[in-house]
Amino acid sequence: MEVLIYLVPMALLLGLTGLAAFMWSLRNGQYDDVQGAAVRVLSDDDVRK
Amino acid sequence: MAETLDLSIYVRRQDDGTAHLDLAIEGIDCAACIDEIENGLCQLPGIVDARLNYTNHRLAVEWQDGKLSSAKVVEELQRLGYRAHPFQPRLMEEEEARRAQWLLKCLAVAGFASMNIMLLAVSVWSGNVTDITPEIRDFFHWLAALIALPAVAYAGQPFFKSALNALRNRRTNMDVPIVIGILLALTLSVIETINSAEHTYFDSVVMLLFFLLCGRYLDQAMRRKTRTVASNLASFRAEVAHKIEDNGEVVLVPTAALKAGDRVLVRPGERVAVDGIVMSGTSEIDESLVTGETAHRAAGVESRIYAGSMNYNGTLTLRVTAAGKGTLLDEVERLLENAAAAKSRYVQLVDRVAKVYAPVVHTAAALTAIAWIASGASAHDALITAISVLIITCPCALALAVPVVQVVASGALFRAGVFLNAGDAFERLAKVDTIVFDKTGTLTLPSMSVVNAGDLEPALLQAASRLALASHHPLAAAVARMARDRRPFEDVIEEPGQGVRAIVEGSEMRLGSPVFCGAEGIAQEAASCDSTASIIALSWGERRAVLLVRQALRPDAVAVVKELRQRGFDCRILSGDRSEAVAPIAAVLGINKWRGGCKPAEKIEALEALKAEGRKVLMVGDGLNDAPALAAAHVSLSPISAADLTQAQADAVFLGDGLEPVQKTIEIARRAHKLMRQNLGIALVYNLIAVPLAFFGYVTPLIAALAMSGSSTIVTLNALRARSRADGAPVEPANPADPVPALQGA
Repeated sequence: MEVLIYLVPMALLLGLTGLAAFMWSLRNGQYDDVQGAAVRVLSDDDVRK
Repeated sequence: MAETLDLSIYVRRQDDGTAHLDLAIEGIDCAACIDEIENGLCQLPGIVDARLNYTNHRLAVEWQDGKLSSAKVVEELQRLGYRAHPFQPRLMEEEEARRAQWLLKCLAVAGFASMNIMLLAVSVWSGNVTDITPEIRDFFHWLAALIALPAVAYAGQPFFKSALNALRNRRTNMDVPIVIGILLALTLSVIETINSAEHTYFDSVVMLLFFLLCGRYLDQAMRRKTRTVASNLASFRAEVAHKIEDNGEVVLVPTAALKAGDRVLVRPGERVAVDGIVMSGTSEIDESLVTGETAHRAAGVESRIYAGSMNYNGTLTLRVTAAGKGTLLDEVERLLENAAAAKSRYVQLVDRVAKVYAPVVHTAAALTAIAWIASGASAHDALITAISVLIITCPCALALAVPVVQVVASGALFRAGVFLNAGDAFERLAKVDTIVFDKTGTLTLPSMSVVNAGDLEPALLQAASRLALASHHPLAAAVARMARDRRPFEDVIEEPGQGVRAIVEGSEMRLGSPVFCGAEGIAQEAASCDSTASIIALSWGERRAVLLVRQALRPDAVAVVKELRQRGFDCRILSGDRSEAVAPIAAVLGINKWRGGCKPAEKIEALEALKAEGRKVLMVGDGLNDAPALAAAHVSLSPISAADLTQAQADAVFLGDGLEPVQKTIEIARRAHKLMRQNLGIALVYNLIAVPLAFFGYVTPLIAALAMSGSSTIVTLNALRARSRADGAPVEPANPADPVPALQGA
């Protein structure tokens, strides 16, 4: 059962990474235009010259 | 068209030498619009960035200051086929956006914590019935405490703040028992962890928080969506005015750029966009959108003009006055204050339930402790059982019961074209038994239309309406709206105060006053039949005709009012217009309880009288004079064309030319209210089962988790029925709606 000593903290660390990623995406404004993001992905020429 | 609008007050200059402008865009209907707008604008020299928000239809444009003008951006958008309106984010909306982000952060933290703690908790639960060692269990409990304590401290803030606020004002709300439950469960769990006991409740606490935050966030998101659309609509109709600069030059500016003391030019046929005092000029003013009075008022020097009035025949120069200085506005605001104070006394359904619920639950917990001690149990066991009663009764389902229905029902209203201002309006709307309508702009359309179009030869009418396109007179605008061919005739001559004339197909056509067209005879005849309509005469060669122009009833008004009366609603009219103008409308609608010539205070008196009879009144109105009445009524609606102040007082605002949203709103609200009560019932039944279990000490953390999530899910699923039935609703009234055209023809 000693394996738990590093497995559990690892699980927690992964969870925290997910939380941090979410916080970053929120701050980055990725939830400001949810509908737009859904359709922008379909347009080919989104990279402007 | 040659005039350009000066948008400089909306442009934000930034430190890096770029200028920023926010625009609300009209006409976005598909995803391709994103590319079209953004790429189109980027072709302009000097544009740094253009980004369209497809969710709320707003465009943020940035350009190098000095290389481009804001007018050029708007023009380019116009060329691309979109109308752009400068948009200033309102303070309230920014506040709400910040709150939504905060709730989302809390939700994320609670979600993270509940997932990880559940991972630990499930291991402990299964370990307890198999072979977990006490050391590992303690390790897991400590880990859970380590996650739960900071997570609750962060994610619980919305509830702590709201509960604290309520207590500070010596009230209780649903958040008070929630917070007590959360804090007790946490404390108990920490103590049990220190004692290396078998059970802790960390998982229940964070899961509870997660569910509650979901409800809060959805509620907030729905309201924000409604508000966004409403404020876009407000900026679409934001008005412009001709400002006279100090050097005498006339520039077109948005009304937001005007200050008290500025001079404004109002031409014939224009709607006055600001409150002001006439400095020079005389004219006739139509104040129907302000006071409901459809007869025109003469305005001369020193006359006071209200925003929303229509200027008929003369050019006026106004001096802008600060809002709230006029006699009418003073009265309206004073009445508003009283009415608003009276309304805040209404206690929401949830808070009424909370008021009874909290003491009952806390007594039950105390009784449990006493009963256990009396039956010889240790103080420790008695306390744990008492606290488990509190945890299991922590009103998760109860707190979700109302907001989830509100979210789903306001979504249904949104699709029906009704924007809710007040979240608790459903409860009040559902109780309505009397509907009081304003006449002008509410039962009737806000703009004029030709009422005898059916009696005229179609070719003659089309020719007349094409001629009317060239006129600036407000009455002509009603005729012009009938034109299918939108190109005005060439060489049209406008004779001020008389009418317009042009040579059409070889003979002269005139549109204007009966004298101007030589049609006094038939005009007098028409006037004797219908004294309330304005008359426009038409002559074309030898042919003569008269057009009767009036504010027509909303197309479905007759059908909707009939339907409402059949359902047992007592419909009435309280109008600021003359009785002679109200009577025919009331007769057509079959309403026999009506009053004309009401001042704002008289409207309130009438509403108070109805209230004294024990009626719950829905007031539907649009004029500035209706604002106090809307605030005084039990619940209120206003059309989107209403004055800003009036819209702000209404509990909901509806879109479109029809009156049907009024009926829809009541239907949806009644359904929502029924579901809210059902949900509260479900939550109470859950407690009736859970409390005895907890009382006898059968509640383990596993049972608590199952019971809480189970009841929350049932309540949420039940709330979703508000949506499915509302979507089915349009099918039902489609059949009774069929005879509408027949009724109108009759």
